[in-house]
Amino acid sequence: MKYEAVIGLEVHVQLDTKSKMFTRVGTGFGKPPNSLTDAVVLGLPGALPVMNREAIEKSIRVGLLLGCKIAKVCKWDRKNYFYPDMPKNYQISQFDQPICEGGEVEIEMPGESPAVMGPHRMVKLTRIHLEEDVGKLTHYESDSLVDYNRAGSPLLEIVSEPDLFSPDEVFAYLTSLRNSLVSAAISPCDMEKGQLRCDANVSIRPVGSETLGTKVELKNLNTISGVRNGVEYEIRRQTKVLDEGGEIFQETRRWNPEQKYTTPMRSKEMAHDYRYFPDPDLMPVQISDDWVDKMRDQLPEKPFDKQRRYRDEMNLPYSSTSALCGDRLLCEFFETAAALTDVPAKVANWVVNDLLRELGQTNSEEDEKNASLPQRCKVTPNMLADLVNLIEDAVISNNVAKEIFPEMFASGRTAKEIIAEKGLEMQSDGDEIESLCAQAIASDSDAAEKFRGGKEGAINALKGVVMKATRGQANPKVVDETLRRLLAQ
Amino acid sequence: MIASDLTGSTAHELSRALGEGKTSSEEITKAFLSRIEEVDERVHAYLHWDAEDMLAQAKRSDARRSQGQSKGPLDGIPVGLKDVICVEGQPLTAASRILEHYVSPYDATVTRKLKQAGAVLAGRLNLDEFAMGSSTENSAYGPTRNPWNLDRVPGGSSGGSSAAVAARETPLSLGSDTGGSIRQPASLCGVVGMKPTYGMVSRFGLAAFASSLDQIGPFAQTVQDAALLLEVISGHDPLDSTSYPAEVPSYSKALEKTSPPRKIGLPKEFFGPGMDDDVRNAIEQTISFYESHGYEMIEISLPSTDLSIPVYYVIATAEASSNLARYDGIRYTSRSPNAENVIDVYAKSRGEGFGEEVKRRCILGAYGLSSGYYDAYYLKAQKTRTLIRRDFERAFDEVDAILTPTSPTPAFRFGEKSEDPISMYLSDVYTISTNLAGLPGISVPCGFSKTGLPIGMQLIGKAFDESTLLSIAQDFDQAHEFGRQAPNL
Amino acid sequence: MDIDYVSNLARIELSPEEREKFHPQLGQVLEYFDKLKEVDVEGVEPTAHAFPRFNVWDADETKEGFSEEQALANAPKSRNGQIVVPKVIEE
Repeated sequence: MKYEAVIGLEVHVQLDTKSKMFTRVGTGFGKPPNSLTDAVVLGLPGALPVMNREAIEKSIRVGLLLGCKIAKVCKWDRKNYFYPDMPKNYQISQFDQPICEGGEVEIEMPGESPAVMGPHRMVKLTRIHLEEDVGKLTHYESDSLVDYNRAGSPLLEIVSEPDLFSPDEVFAYLTSLRNSLVSAAISPCDMEKGQLRCDANVSIRPVGSETLGTKVELKNLNTISGVRNGVEYEIRRQTKVLDEGGEIFQETRRWNPEQKYTTPMRSKEMAHDYRYFPDPDLMPVQISDDWVDKMRDQLPEKPFDKQRRYRDEMNLPYSSTSALCGDRLLCEFFETAAALTDVPAKVANWVVNDLLRELGQTNSEEDEKNASLPQRCKVTPNMLADLVNLIEDAVISNNVAKEIFPEMFASGRTAKEIIAEKGLEMQSDGDEIESLCAQAIASDSDAAEKFRGGKEGAINALKGVVMKATRGQANPKVVDETLRRLLAQ
Repeated sequence: MIASDLTGSTAHELSRALGEGKTSSEEITKAFLSRIEEVDERVHAYLHWDAEDMLAQAKRSDARRSQGQSKGPLDGIPVGLKDVICVEGQPLTAASRILEHYVSPYDATVTRKLKQAGAVLAGRLNLDEFAMGSSTENSAYGPTRNPWNLDRVPGGSSGGSSAAVAARETPLSLGSDTGGSIRQPASLCGVVGMKPTYGMVSRFGLAAFASSLDQIGPFAQTVQDAALLLEVISGHDPLDSTSYPAEVPSYSKALEKTSPPRKIGLPKEFFGPGMDDDVRNAIEQTISFYESHGYEMIEISLPSTDLSIPVYYVIATAEASSNLARYDGIRYTSRSPNAENVIDVYAKSRGEGFGEEVKRRCILGAYGLSSGYYDAYYLKAQKTRTLIRRDFERAFDEVDAILTPTSPTPAFRFGEKSEDPISMYLSDVYTISTNLAGLPGISVPCGFSKTGLPIGMQLIGKAFDESTLLSIAQDFDQAHEFGRQAPNL
Repeated sequence: MDIDYVSNLARIELSPEEREKFHPQLGQVLEYFDKLKEVDVEGVEPTAHAFPRFNVWDADETKEGFSEEQALANAPKSRNGQIVVPKVIEE
């Protein structure tokens, strides 16, 4: 019996706001435990919630980015259950009137090769709602510790329809979602900091069946790869169970990333009766058409739209766009630089190869807060544009440009400065090159013979000699033409 | 001035004496402290008081006054607080064992306003545990006794706040009213007690019982004093999302004006059987008074009246079950020493820390919200509540205020109703619907029973029109001043 | 009412005596609740708030909260700045 998998994802995103969802104490990660609390966060007697307007705005923005229907009126409900990370033993959430409904996430699957764009598909969403985060529990030998720093932070819950059909799609979905949210400055989405969390609902059914199988909820999926791996394991596990004639039970299972399997979890409540009712301490939210329209006008370009635009308007290859489009700041840099040249594709190359290499892995928290490329990146878009134009104008060779780029990055000195100081202008003087080429051919008659014999690659040795003699500054095109002309004689 | 003159004075009189230099806040506070020492062993209105702190506050008040920097009419006047209102650095038990050791790290908004007005915060007053009850027999620290007859209850849940004023242990106090918990004890103790319109006084810092019904309000000997205290504590609070942005006019000034003849409604449903004869007599005399002073008494109907008890108890218990979930043995409450795992901590801490009535209501509340019962109970009750509100809206088209008895009987004996929850609940029958509709209500002493027990009459006013309500109440009160009569303790 | 189920939902442990005492009492109150069954509320909106308003909120600006000492001042047991709870058996 062949089975197909059906997966739904519940993604929690911590919104990047200064203060918490229902009180104005600050948010933050990695602060001393219980240093971001007040009466409301701790659920002390007499504490009352007050909404954070920015969290609502950001939620609407997400809804617009993902094509959702934005509620005209939404309200708050209490989700009642007991757990030590819950200060009030109820969570303020949204039950039957969430802030967004429907919507979709565009995913891109891998192509035949890394240079080829794979197929795109729209994955349907069920709803998006706002709620408050809970504290952090850490477990020890004989007890557990609770830190309420995270409690009360604004959390957006994005629920997909059971509309994903493979672990790879799951990976693509999370990558796409994260890129969209990061580009729109909704959240840094760092899973290690708990800013993005994901639970998966996995079921399998016979291929061609219309009804969904029993779903199993997976938790403790702590990285995007972890989600893929966990889902993949669970599909295999369920397949094995059914193949052996067993039954799938609706349950919650924990992904163990080290051991790479899922294990059953005890339920938090014997009965999942959350006793939802409208929170009497909070007033409902009314979202006007004007407000939505204004926000729609200010929406940033979505990553895949950007990808298409770069391809269609600037002829950028997929290998460039795939590296660029997930990173808004990089794209801004690229577009600013590209606008100053006639060769956007070449500028893109520089950005995704040389600039990215110099930037290294992650930005520091400082940089993230300042929403800028790292301080240590001293290259500006103008400087890069100049560099590319210098190559186009045959002032320097591509190789020389690649050599001086790291210095530009580290020092902030322009290409022109460095070239002038080191005398790196490309030599295109025909006579000089002619004589050097003749010398090269004379000194390596072996290579010359091979080339004349049909071995294309043999010319490289000759080029090498000329380039070495000119300290790399000979115009490679001219060298190539000259050598071929001479060798043909 | 001699101590008994001081303790017998109204806040207005004390304020005037302070202004005229005839006494000092220190002298006043000492007088009341002596009085507490003298009678509270028998009355037990107080759960806690800090004489040193009170005197220090009084001295600061005197210092201010001597430099011409008095903060206003309440500067230097003692005000007792029901032990559910947060004062930074002071205990808050809610008359429960579960908060036996709790010290509040923050001030309620009303506390802040009292401090801004220079009042002397004067002790923590007894109540039914978590404000659930009508007799103060549910206090985990022993009941308060009615100063007029120590074998009888003072009413509840703000029994301590009411008795303290009646026994002249303080000129003013604050209580809270969810279903009559200010008005009923005021009636039983022969003092003035008022519940403002829902939203007029901030609930920030009031340990919540039923969020959509709770309000803080004043106890005093006279309507004039109550108006003064109400003025100080009222006003929009951005920390309370249910706080209404209504203007707070000077209630004291409103009382100085003579009021035009008004229409008073007498709801026929409130004048049926079940009312004690003495109560009926006293109310009829009240009606005669108003008639003879140019008021038009109009019979009205509030047809949904007999539904108000089930509606109230479904809603109040539901909200309470959620509001009290935070008292769980984890963050700041007493924790059961018998617990082995986390579920135990909850169940045992709450089982041991809560009294019977609280446990009953939490269980009822959880039931009314639970899956399968939500529609029939909670949702139905909220809809029926709308019918009750509409009854009042229609009535207030015709009349300016509604007159009813506050309580069907004068103070009952200890143990008389405590074993029968329903009969206890029924003693709230006249006050409950006011909370459901969110309207302001005041109880004014209007007579005595044949055995010398106080009787109160209730006036219910239009939403946010405390001025009219107070002036109608004042018309009666200034002519009778029953509240100025003190028991023989 | 399944008193065991509901008291577990409410996380309240009742002694056997309380359980016995509460049973009839709760039953009586529920009879009272059932008076609501007869009410006709066709087309009536529920009252969630006595005086509802929309969009009661704050700008996203931070205010000072508690110090760590204040946060833990009432905790029954703490360690390393965090609150200690009995082992949570679940993960």
